[in-house]
Amino acid sequence: MTSIAPKEQSSEKEVQTEEHEDLRLFGLIAFLIADGMTFAGFFAAYLTFKAVNPLMPDAIYELELALPTLNTILLLASSFTFHRAGKFLESNKAKDCQKWLLITGGLGVAFLISQMVEYFTLPFGLTDNLFASTFYALTGFHGLHVTLGSIMIMIIWWQTRVPSGRVTNQNKFPFEAAELYWHFVDGIWVVLFIILYLL
Amino acid sequence: MTISIQPTNNPPEKLQPKGWLKYFSFSLDHKVIGLQYLVCGFLFYLIGGVLAGAIRIELTSPLSDFMPREVYNQVLTLHGTIMIFLWIVPVVNGAFGNYLIPFYVGARDMAFPRLNAVAFWLIPPAGLMLITSYFINGAAQSGWTAYPPLSITTPAAGQIIWILSVLLLGGSSIFGGINFIATILKLRRPGLKLMQLPMYCWAMLGTSILVVLSTPVLAGTLILLSFDIVAHTGFFNPSLGGNVVVYQHLFWFYSHPAVYIMVLPAFGLVSEILPVHSRKPLFGYTTMVFSIMGIVVLGLVVWAHHMFTSGTPPWMRLFFTIATAFIAVPTGIKFFNWVATLWGGKISLNAAMLFSCGFIVNFVLGGITGVALAQVPFDVHVHDTYFVVAHFHYIVYGGSVFVIFSSIYHWFPKFTGRMLNENLGRFHFIITFIGFNLCFAPQHWLGLNGMPRRVAEYDPQFQLVNQISSVGALIMALSTLPFLWNIFQSFFYGIKAGNNPWHALTPEWLTTSPPPVENWEGEAPLVLEPYGYGKKEPIEIIKTEEE
Ligand code: HEM
Ligand SMILES: [Cu+2]
Repeated sequence: MTSIAPKEQSSEKEVQTEEHEDLRLFGLIAFLIADGMTFAGFFAAYLTFKAVNPLMPDAIYELELALPTLNTILLLASSFTFHRAGKFLESNKAKDCQKWLLITGGLGVAFLISQMVEYFTLPFGLTDNLFASTFYALTGFHGLHVTLGSIMIMIIWWQTRVPSGRVTNQNKFPFEAAELYWHFVDGIWVVLFIILYLL
Repeated sequence: MTISIQPTNNPPEKLQPKGWLKYFSFSLDHKVIGLQYLVCGFLFYLIGGVLAGAIRIELTSPLSDFMPREVYNQVLTLHGTIMIFLWIVPVVNGAFGNYLIPFYVGARDMAFPRLNAVAFWLIPPAGLMLITSYFINGAAQSGWTAYPPLSITTPAAGQIIWILSVLLLGGSSIFGGINFIATILKLRRPGLKLMQLPMYCWAMLGTSILVVLSTPVLAGTLILLSFDIVAHTGFFNPSLGGNVVVYQHLFWFYSHPAVYIMVLPAFGLVSEILPVHSRKPLFGYTTMVFSIMGIVVLGLVVWAHHMFTSGTPPWMRLFFTIATAFIAVPTGIKFFNWVATLWGGKISLNAAMLFSCGFIVNFVLGGITGVALAQVPFDVHVHDTYFVVAHFHYIVYGGSVFVIFSSIYHWFPKFTGRMLNENLGRFHFIITFIGFNLCFAPQHWLGLNGMPRRVAEYDPQFQLVNQISSVGALIMALSTLPFLWNIFQSFFYGIKAGNNPWHALTPEWLTTSPPPVENWEGEAPLVLEPYGYGKKEPIEIIKTEEE
C-alpha cells in the first residue's frame, strides 16, 4: 500500500525549512568519533613502530613522569571544574558559572605551559629519531586540541557574562559542545599518557 | 520527534539567490548542492579523462616518447587522484546523496544545510590546487597511493600540494558523512521506519559510517607524511629508521574502505533503478540491508590484501585472505538479488536500465578477479601488474561510473523537468560498453604476462595488446560526445517530463520536476512501500494517511 498525505491547500508562500530536534550535539559526537579515529591511527602507528622498529640504545629514554603526571591531574581537574560550571549555568548562577569556567580555562593554560616546560627539558628534538618524532607528533596533536579547547572555554566564559552574554541556560548548546569536546580531549590524554609514558 | 514547519526559520534571502546563479552560490538547498556536486564532479571527470587519454597515447609505443617519464608519473598520479577523490567519491555520495536522501527520509533538507554547503565548497579549491600544482612546480609523482619513500624523495612541492588537497577533500567527505548519518537516522518523517527506507538510504548510511571511521586515519597519516617531507622526520623514511609498511597499513585502512565508499552508494542507486524499470519489487530487501552492513564491518578488516608482497607475516596473509573471501558473500547476495529483481520483470530496455545491467556484468567480472587477487599465491605473481589495473577499473569504471550514467538517465527528468533522448542514450551505452571492455579486458592478459603498472615504458612484446587497449580508450573518449550532446540538447529542447515519467513510487517522484525549494507543497508524503510495483493498481490507490 502506498499512502500519501493529502495535498494541503497552500494559500500562503511555502517555507524552506522545518523545525526538527536539535541535532548539533549528535553531529558533534559523530565528529569526535572521527577525530578519535585520527588519534587511533597515531596510536596504532606508535605501537607498531615500538613493536617492530627496535631503537638504537642511544635513543631509549627514561621519560620523567613528574610533569606528565601533573598534566594528567590538571586535565582531570579541569573536566571536573567544567562540569561544575555547567551545574551553575543550569541554576542560572552566571557569576559562579563564570568563576568555574575561568578556573577551567586556567587549568587548560597551565597544562599547555607545563607541556612547554617538558618539551624544553626533554633530551631529544623532533627529528632525532623515530621515537622522538612520534612523541612530538602525538603530544603536539593533542596539545593543539587543548589549545583550541582553551580558546573555546575563554569565548564561552566571555559569552556567559550577564546581562549581555549569549550563552545562557536557554541557549546552552555552545556550552555543552565545548564541555563535551573538553571531556573528549581529556579522555584522549589519559590514553596517551598510558601508552606513551607508562607502557 | 515532531517536525513542524516554522516560517521564521527561513534562511536569509541573500543565501537563496534565484535562477541559475544559485548554482554558483553558497546555497543551502540540498538539491542545488547535489547538482553542484554532480556538475563539478563531471568537469573533473573530463579533466581526468584527458589525462587518461594521455596515458593511453603514451602506452601505444614501448618507449616513453609522447612525454618524459616524470611527466608520465605526474599525469598518472593526477589521473588517479582526480578520478577517485574528485569524481567518483563526490558524485556517488555527494551528488546523488544530497539530492535524494532528504526526499527518501521525507525531510525538506539535510540535517546540517550549512555544513553541507561548506563540504561542497571545499572541493573546487582542492581540485584547482591539485591541477595548478602541475603548472607551478610539477605535480606529485608517487601515484594516488603516495607510498613512501617515493613520495618523500620525489619533488616536495607537488607532493605537499597533493597532501593538502587530499586533506581538504577528506574533510569534505567527513562533513558529508556526518550529515548523511544525522539525516538518515534522525530526520525521518514520523511514521517512516528504518526498514521502509529506500535501499539507497541504507547504502549511504553504511558508506557514511565507513567515511567517518576511516577517512580521519588517512588524514592523520598524510599529516605524518607531510612532516617527513617538510620537517625531515623519519616516520616512514627507512634511512632515518622509519617504517614504510606502517604507512601502507594506515593508508589501506582508509583506502580499502574507500573502494566501498565508491561502490556501496552505487549499489544503492542500482537498487533504486532496477525495480522501476522492471516493474518489480526489489528482491530480498532485508538481505540487502544486512549485506550492506556486513560489507561495512568486513570492509574495515581486509585492508592488508593490498600488502601481500610487503613482507607481511604468514598469519596476516592468512587472516586477510579469509576475511576478503568472506566479503564476497554479502557482495554475491546483492548480485543475486539484482538478478532476481530483473527475473520475470517487465523490463524496459532504456538507457538507465542498460547502464545498470552493464554495471551488473562488469561488477561481477571485477568481483571475480578481486577474489582471485585475494589469494596470496596468485597475488604474489600479479601484484602491481596490469591485472590489478584491470581489476579495479572493472569495479570503479564498469561499476561505479556505469551507475553514475545510469542514474543521470534515470533522474535527469527530475533534475530538469525534461527527458533525455533515449536513442542517443542507448547508443551512448553501446559504445561505452564496447570501449570499456576493449580497453580493460586485454589488460588482464598484460598483467598475467607480467607487464608492470605505473611505468611509461614496457617490453615490446606487449605493444599490440596495449594498442588494442588504447583503441578501446579512444572509443570511451568518443562515447562522451553523444552523452554531452544529449544533455545540452535535452536540457533546452527535451520532451517535458511531467512529475513522474517512469511511474516510480519512491518519494522524489511524488512532487514536481524540478521540485520546489521545500521539496513538496504541504506535508511530506509517507511512502511505506517504495518498491510496491506490479500490484494491481499501483499508483492510483493513493490512500490518505491518518497519523
Ligand atoms: C569482491 C570484492 C573484492 C575483492 C575480493 C578485491 C580484492 C582486491 C585485492 C586483493 C587487491 C590487491 C591487488 C594487488 O595490489 O595485488 C585489490 C586491488 C584493488 N581493488 Fe579490489 N577487491 C574487491 C572489490 C573491489 C571494489 C568494490 C573496488 C572499488 C570500488 C575495488 C578496488 C580496488 C582497487 C582500486 C585496487 C588497487 C589498489 C592499488 O594497488 O592501487 N576492489 N582488490
Ligand atoms: Cu581492497
